[in-house]
Amino acid sequence: MSNETLERLAPWCAAAVFIALWWVIVVVFDIKSFVLPTPSETVAALFAYRYALLINGLATLGTTLLGFALAVVFGFTLGIVVGSSRLIYSALYPLLVGFNSVPKAALVPVFVIWFGAGTVPAVITAFMLSFFPIVANIATAFATIEPELLEVMRSLGASRRDMTVKIGIPRSLPFFFASLKIAVTLAFVGSVIAEIVAGNAGIGNIMLIASSSFNIPLVFAALVVVSVMGIGMYAIFDFAERRMTSWSMRGMGMMQQAGGG
Amino acid sequence: MFIELSDVDLVYGSGKSKKTLADDTLAVRSASLSIADGEFVAIVGPSGCGKSTLLKVIAGLARPSRGIVRVGGEDVVHPLKTVGMAFQNATLLPWRNVRDNVLLPLEIVEPHRSRQKQDRQKNFERANELLAKVGLSGFADKMPWQLSGGMQQRAQLCRALIHEPSILMLDEPFAALDAFTREELWGVLQELWSFRKCTIILVTHELREAAFLADTVHIMSARPGRVVRSRTVDIPRPRTLAATFEPGFVELVHDLRHHIHSEAVS
Repeated sequence: MSNETLERLAPWCAAAVFIALWWVIVVVFDIKSFVLPTPSETVAALFAYRYALLINGLATLGTTLLGFALAVVFGFTLGIVVGSSRLIYSALYPLLVGFNSVPKAALVPVFVIWFGAGTVPAVITAFMLSFFPIVANIATAFATIEPELLEVMRSLGASRRDMTVKIGIPRSLPFFFASLKIAVTLAFVGSVIAEIVAGNAGIGNIMLIASSSFNIPLVFAALVVVSVMGIGMYAIFDFAERRMTSWSMRGMGMMQQAGGG
Repeated sequence: MFIELSDVDLVYGSGKSKKTLADDTLAVRSASLSIADGEFVAIVGPSGCGKSTLLKVIAGLARPSRGIVRVGGEDVVHPLKTVGMAFQNATLLPWRNVRDNVLLPLEIVEPHRSRQKQDRQKNFERANELLAKVGLSGFADKMPWQLSGGMQQRAQLCRALIHEPSILMLDEPFAALDAFTREELWGVLQELWSFRKCTIILVTHELREAAFLADTVHIMSARPGRVVRSRTVDIPRPRTLAATFEPGFVELVHDLRHHIHSEAVS
């Protein structure tokens, strides 16, 4: 078997090992299904509640992506501003870190008081959890532009806009995609937490209802749905990253070449 | 004179602090220097003596705390737009191929900027021509990481020259290269300069490099730097590497070294 096929199969093997281990532990220690269901019970619940999981899964996906999209727009813009000026960087960065250290789950009830239960608090929580990695990465990319390069640009009479468009943004793309992959998974965490606390739809809502009736297999089925959506979004951004910033991944390319030969 | 510095002080850092102007806060002190149009000068001196700072002052990227800087008869108050720069790091943009890297200045400097669309083909050929002159024909479509260090420096020289600047500033451009590549690039630079008679200011540690390339070598003192001695080099051009072994050349390099040593010690 070539290294390349091995690399392609590796994630599936790891997942299979994980599921097998889970199964063995449940059987060996004779754990009751309302404590920890077996994988087969989880799959059964997945099938039995497929329509509810589909509809609510799509609701969560919509909420998450809305909050995430806001985080991308806001985070990208703020990142450029913070990274372009040392003064703004030192002024805002501590504030951002402080803001990010607040446990967002604790804020959900406050959002409910402000905006009522439902989708809005979930969108806001998804936004709050996912915007920081984007700001931090974009700001870092802009703040670490080589000073010589800025001198070259300034000596050509480049405006601030030129530097942002010609240097800053292309240079920040690898950082941007790296942050998107983190941010989108965090956005799922945010929206599901908000749905558990104060939702009337979504995967979080299903989990709340299921756990209050001790339907633990359904809770796990809901978790599987969230994980799969998270992996799917991650894969999409990973693909986009490979397409758009191949110049920054020459090491990976060489690794693949070496693997193929 | 084309470029004139008289009595220039530059305080390190912001230049606005109200601290007393003790010697150690000064990067450059009462530096005076004049450079003729089309002249090739080299600036040498002990490390940390403010050579690079002097370049920034001339380019208008740093404002002197005191003194006058004139280029082409006008006071320098804004960054000059007729300057090409090259550094020890090639600083090519890794997401652009070599040709697009070379074309970068034309996307910024007027009048090329507003004529980009109609001049596309012309600029393309211009970049290829320049790349051919430095021995990089056939590498225009390569990405920077596919080039060796010496080749990246050649590409950087092209980027610095594509918009036909009147002044080319080179801040130790060959310092990170091996000796063979470096000497090869001296020849490349000399030839480029014979085509484009721009004014070149070369900052370097390498005394042989300064003597080989420059019309005039300016020696700076230890920090706070000022020009303490200027020597004209009257070896006929085009100079060959063989000339660097002639007694006159060797003597010149020894003389430069002697002055720098006495500066570093004092």
